[in-house]
Amino acid sequence: MLSAEGLRHAFGGGRGEGGGGRIVALDDVTFTLEAGQTLAIFGPNGAGKTTLLKVLAGLIRPDAGRATVAGGRGAIGWIGHQSHLYGHLTVRENLLFWAALYNVPAATRAQRAADVMQRLGIAEHAERAVWALSRGLAQRAAIAKALIHEPRVLLLDEPFTGLDLAAAAEFRTLLAQLRGAGRVVVLATHNVGEGVELATDVAFQRRGRFVQFAPRGGRGPAQIADEYRRALGEAGG
Amino acid sequence: MGDWLRQAWTVARKDLLLEFRTRTAIVSAVVFTALVLTVFNFGRDPTAVATIDLAPTILWVTFTFAAMLAMNRAFQLELENDALEGLLASPLSRTSLYWGKLLANLVFVAVVEVVGLPLFVLFFDVPVAPVLLPLIAVIALATVGFVAVGTLFSALVIRTRFAELLLVVILLPFLLPPLIGAVQVTARLLGGRPLSESAGWLRLLAAYDIAFVTLATLLFPFTVDE
Repeated sequence: MLSAEGLRHAFGGGRGEGGGGRIVALDDVTFTLEAGQTLAIFGPNGAGKTTLLKVLAGLIRPDAGRATVAGGRGAIGWIGHQSHLYGHLTVRENLLFWAALYNVPAATRAQRAADVMQRLGIAEHAERAVWALSRGLAQRAAIAKALIHEPRVLLLDEPFTGLDLAAAAEFRTLLAQLRGAGRVVVLATHNVGEGVELATDVAFQRRGRFVQFAPRGGRGPAQIADEYRRALGEAGG
Repeated sequence: MGDWLRQAWTVARKDLLLEFRTRTAIVSAVVFTALVLTVFNFGRDPTAVATIDLAPTILWVTFTFAAMLAMNRAFQLELENDALEGLLASPLSRTSLYWGKLLANLVFVAVVEVVGLPLFVLFFDVPVAPVLLPLIAVIALATVGFVAVGTLFSALVIRTRFAELLLVVILLPFLLPPLIGAVQVTARLLGGRPLSESAGWLRLLAAYDIAFVTLATLLFPFTVDE
């Protein structure tokens, strides 16, 4: 459903061999995920997590390697650092706009928007302009935007940012439901405490490279945090 | 309606709705148009140069700079909450995105021109009525060309510092051919000459439109992709 083969990417400097000043964001990243799998990618700031998600979303063309998502762009739901919402449109108008772009049939857009707002607890804010929403509500609206076309692949870049504890717990429940519905979820975060319990697979990323990629098994947050510190320590010296 | 055109209209309709809500660009451009025409009206010496000789240049300089204000906004509104990233990650084709922006910009600039033309007649007392239809056709022909180029360049500069200044600097040289053509045809029309006398300039304007709408459509993906 989602595969990455030998992804390499660097920013800055020249593209040729030994280009000076290049920052390696992806270094031979390879993995495959099937329906129902959730990959949690942990890594420090600058590890290349966002670049990886952008490559998977088709926003960045990698220097080498290939990323494939079954169903293409239309099958992807993306939650990034920004909400992608227009401040002067209402929540409903934003959702209808994005639904149209994702080719949701016109006859079902309104109902789909109403359903997703209901699920995320923002139905009563449907007619409010996005600029007037609190940060937490705006984040929920951003999640609603990502789900409006019922994507089969969800790419989440630091999705818990801006959510209070209750909203974060609700979001984790929602993610668990989405995973249960046979979706692939890729979640990238620098906070090892976030999202571990949702993951079927865990990767640690440092300087663009997966220093560990394995099924989570029965490992809990504390064990994974401990392994994360050790793995990054060994990789970086 | 083709899928790409339907999606382009979705983008254009969203831009127009946003503009309707905020009215930032359109009010600025209309006020700018009125101010420039006022400045030209009081800043010229009517005894030195006949109004009819100066009027076409004034009209087109005003329209060109007012249009730039509107075009600047086309991609600026996509920077809010990085909506541009969302657009690029969606199934929306780059062609649809460009055409959506082009359509919205054409509407913006048309509104500015609809307000600007009567003001121009009011200030400069030029005989527009007998040539109104051909004049509107010339305005439309020239506007399509420079909005096509302006939309492309506004995407090109949007992630740079001083985008508004940079747009003017790189766009103006490309606007010279349609600007010269439009001024020449307008001068002939206001001078009571037949439209057939401007056939060469009209062909240039039409050729510019076809060439730059095509080129901009083809080049646009390279301006927005990382």
